[in-house]
Amino acid sequence: MLNTLHGNKKMQLTLGFWMGIVFGFLLQKGGVTQYDIIIGQLLLKDFTVVKIMLSAVLVGMIGVHLLGDIGLAKLHPKAGSIGTSVIGGLIFGVGFGILGYCPGTVAAAAGTGALDALLGGVVGILLGAWLFALAYPKLQGKILSKVDFGELTLPQLFKVNQWIVIVPLAIMIVLLLLLIAKAGL
Amino acid sequence: MEFLRAEQWSPYLVGALIGVLSWITFIISDKPLGCSTAFARTGGMIERIFRGKKVEERPYYKKFALAVDWEWMLVLGVIIGSFLSSHLSGRFIWQWVPGFWSETIGAGRFARWLPALAGGVIMGFGARWAGGCTSGHGISGTLQLAVSSWLAALCFFAGGIASAMLIFHVLV
Repeated sequence: MLNTLHGNKKMQLTLGFWMGIVFGFLLQKGGVTQYDIIIGQLLLKDFTVVKIMLSAVLVGMIGVHLLGDIGLAKLHPKAGSIGTSVIGGLIFGVGFGILGYCPGTVAAAAGTGALDALLGGVVGILLGAWLFALAYPKLQGKILSKVDFGELTLPQLFKVNQWIVIVPLAIMIVLLLLLIAKAGL
Repeated sequence: MEFLRAEQWSPYLVGALIGVLSWITFIISDKPLGCSTAFARTGGMIERIFRGKKVEERPYYKKFALAVDWEWMLVLGVIIGSFLSSHLSGRFIWQWVPGFWSETIGAGRFARWLPALAGGVIMGFGARWAGGCTSGHGISGTLQLAVSSWLAALCFFAGGIASAMLIFHVLV
């Protein structure tokens, strides 16, 4: 039944739209549509972004793996390499600090009337993603595949059952959240 | 329904609900939450308006076809969802320069617009280079325990903290 639903392209576009509405609603209610809160995180003064992300990872990680175990969800870990994740990640980060929004929150911020997000950030990301498409043939197979590890996951890396990673990681996330709260951040 | 009008919810609640939303996207759409491919596709679609069908021949657009897909609709939904939320809580406001920028750098519109544009270009380039953004790698990828995503997420923040510190502690 789920396979039929996944294959219904029109229906999926509508579902994507509705799930986006929920996601955007949550981002705004979480305060991460505000430049001040995101830049506060990068300046290590306000930990709202980290609190939201770690809570999402905690709940999502446990749920999605349980769903996977009972056959209701299929995981799609992204393939990558040191060349993509580390270099691309650092380039992304430099832009992150200058813009003060990320690709999801810039769209959400635009929805709250932030014109620096709509006319600066959104336009910039479109341009940057397009420039990458132009550069792609020159990068592909070279720097992008430096130390390629494919769709590797942490349990595969350590050659253990996934729950051997999930349980300690979940405990660490909870402890980290408690520590942040205790520090009053 | 008073809570829908609240200015802000607890970050833990919001995070947990995003986690639950990710269960739902996996179950009913077989997709993780993510945002940056929508920008990649749209950039190509805009180029196609000017240069025609030959744009589709670019190797990158063979990988990410120039069409409206699930993730593209998700990003459209994000804009509308946050509009609804901010409107309901009376926080929708047209604003050029955010408060903190205005206090530290200045209230000039152009002086905020240009860095936002430049930061966006660098980020858009980096997002596609890394193969994902704060949602696709930072939330969806890390919760799937992908090595690529944990590395990318750490680098997003390492780079972000470094550039924000440089701007606000050294340059300003």
